[in-house]
Amino acid sequence: MAINAGSRAASRIRRPLTLDSIVRSALVGLFVVLMVVFILGPLLWLGVRAFAGNWTFPHLLPDDWTLRWWQVVINDGALGIAVQNSLFFAPLTVLVSAIICLPAAYAFARFEFPGRRFFLISLFATNAFPKMGLFVTLAALFYALNLMNSVLGILVVHVLGTVVFMTWIPAAAFAAVPRNLEEAARDAGASKLRVFASVTLPMALPGIIVAAVMSFLASFDEAQGTYLVGAPAFMTMPTQMYSLVLNYPTQVAAVFSILLAIPSVALMLAAHKHILGGQLAEGFQIK
Amino acid sequence: MTIHEPLTESPASPTNPGTPASRGGLSIRGLHKSLGGRTIIDNLDLSVKEGELVSLLGPSGCGKTTTLRMIAGFLEPDSGSIEVEGQEVSHLGAENRPSAMVFQNYALWPHMTVAKNVGFPLKLRKMSKAQTKERVEAVLELVSLLHHKDSKPARISGGEQQRVALARALVQEPKLLLLDEPLSNLDAKLRVKVREDIRKIQQELGITTVIVTHDQEEAMSMSDRIAVMNAGRIEQYSTPEALYARPETEFVATFIGSMNRLAGSLVDGLITEGPDILGIRPEDVVLADAPFAGAVPATVERVVPRGHFQEVYVRRADAQLRSFVSSELMHPGQRTYAGIRKAMTFRDGRLLGEAGAAR
Repeated sequence: MAINAGSRAASRIRRPLTLDSIVRSALVGLFVVLMVVFILGPLLWLGVRAFAGNWTFPHLLPDDWTLRWWQVVINDGALGIAVQNSLFFAPLTVLVSAIICLPAAYAFARFEFPGRRFFLISLFATNAFPKMGLFVTLAALFYALNLMNSVLGILVVHVLGTVVFMTWIPAAAFAAVPRNLEEAARDAGASKLRVFASVTLPMALPGIIVAAVMSFLASFDEAQGTYLVGAPAFMTMPTQMYSLVLNYPTQVAAVFSILLAIPSVALMLAAHKHILGGQLAEGFQIK
Repeated sequence: MTIHEPLTESPASPTNPGTPASRGGLSIRGLHKSLGGRTIIDNLDLSVKEGELVSLLGPSGCGKTTTLRMIAGFLEPDSGSIEVEGQEVSHLGAENRPSAMVFQNYALWPHMTVAKNVGFPLKLRKMSKAQTKERVEAVLELVSLLHHKDSKPARISGGEQQRVALARALVQEPKLLLLDEPLSNLDAKLRVKVREDIRKIQQELGITTVIVTHDQEEAMSMSDRIAVMNAGRIEQYSTPEALYARPETEFVATFIGSMNRLAGSLVDGLITEGPDILGIRPEDVVLADAPFAGAVPATVERVVPRGHFQEVYVRRADAQLRSFVSSELMHPGQRTYAGIRKAMTFRDGRLLGEAGAAR
């Protein structure tokens, strides 16, 4: 079957210049151009911009190259603190979010309780409203509770943004673990806790890792709420970027964007390998 | 396959002669289960002798899997008792029962290797690493899968996965082995081989075994006794031979083997109108070129080749009958004589008696 399809495709390639193939390559070409212009284009511009001195219209490349902007950013004392803050809040957010959300995810996946659907859907509420509106009301509450400019306040804002990922994705992962794999472990003599630790959790782990990565990135990129609740006492990398963009030439923003992207890209690459190589990607016989 | 007995050395082994024979095996009394207001299992009694292999056979929805899951401990019965080797187990969770189950889709843990899968029950019993390794390798040797011990379940074939599941159950040295449709996911050829393997290992180790199946051929060829189930009850519980030769109910007669089912009675070899149901096995419909005692002229209507025999539909004046012919080739339209050697009569679903006619 697959071989047939393959040879048919091969014979189509060998026969050039049918209308079909022209339209097809035109569409593919258009797609590639759009991808380059709208995704790679801005990134490329960012990369060049970070090393540009003067860049005058209509030149395609900068007039001169410089590392000055990198120096400006690296020598800026506030930056180091911002990096530290970001690297403090993101892992802490993931940890707290996991502690709160994973048991909830398991309950959503495995138990039928009154209001289950309502709670599951209502988790989207935090993402359904404009973020700024939510944060303003949150700030009013935080003033009353004395949480403004505090670690706890920022943590609450960050965790709020990750609840949806940390609940829905692991819930789906837990639900996807076939019941009879758990039953087989019970039958072999494992207690309920042991079944969870030895079968359910390892099998749901790829989904949980995806959720953790997304939560980490969400926390790492969170700017609005952090700015409102934390500035100026706690500046993270994204909030620091706001002030850099406002106070310096655009080249500094470009340099900072690249710095901000490094942890995200590194994390994605690390997770990519684990997820694709994970057990969920393997075919196994489950009805 | 090399068969030796690495598992019978332990005192916990079911073949241990120390326990009196009467206390062994499985005994179920008055088992009852309703789900969602519907009675699934209705006052079921079943006793399996030590070392015996018993099949629960029936159409889907007859309650055979529910019964097995109650024996294994995944479902709690509403009432009734389940005893394994004289020990009441119905209040115990699955993890504390002396039974081991082989699941229909094998339920191997995909994140563990074959050896880890088989070794997991021993790890739970806190057995030493060296001893675990020895036992795992012995049981993998028994199912001839030692060469796959480091493979992940997804990398081996369905038949091999099946044997890993069996090994994982056997390594626990269970007092009772439970198999849920163990062969239904295998192709026809493999099914015959694996069922012979299972039977052989079961007899070697002398493990009391209960198999759930909907396949009568599978049940007939493996079992010491078969419990035919219908609508949450056991219709008949006897040896495969008795089940076929002396079905107690119309359901069993229809479910086991094939049968001409006709309304009426058999009088002097002729089918006459009547309130009862006649069951005539195709091999009891005798066809011949020349008239013989009890035979009636008939015409061949349809011939279905079935390999080593033919399934022949003949029309007599009183009824259409199906017969199995292995000696000569028949063809549609052929004139013949058909006689009924033996027929079973059922009234209200129960067997009334047998009536012989021809010869």
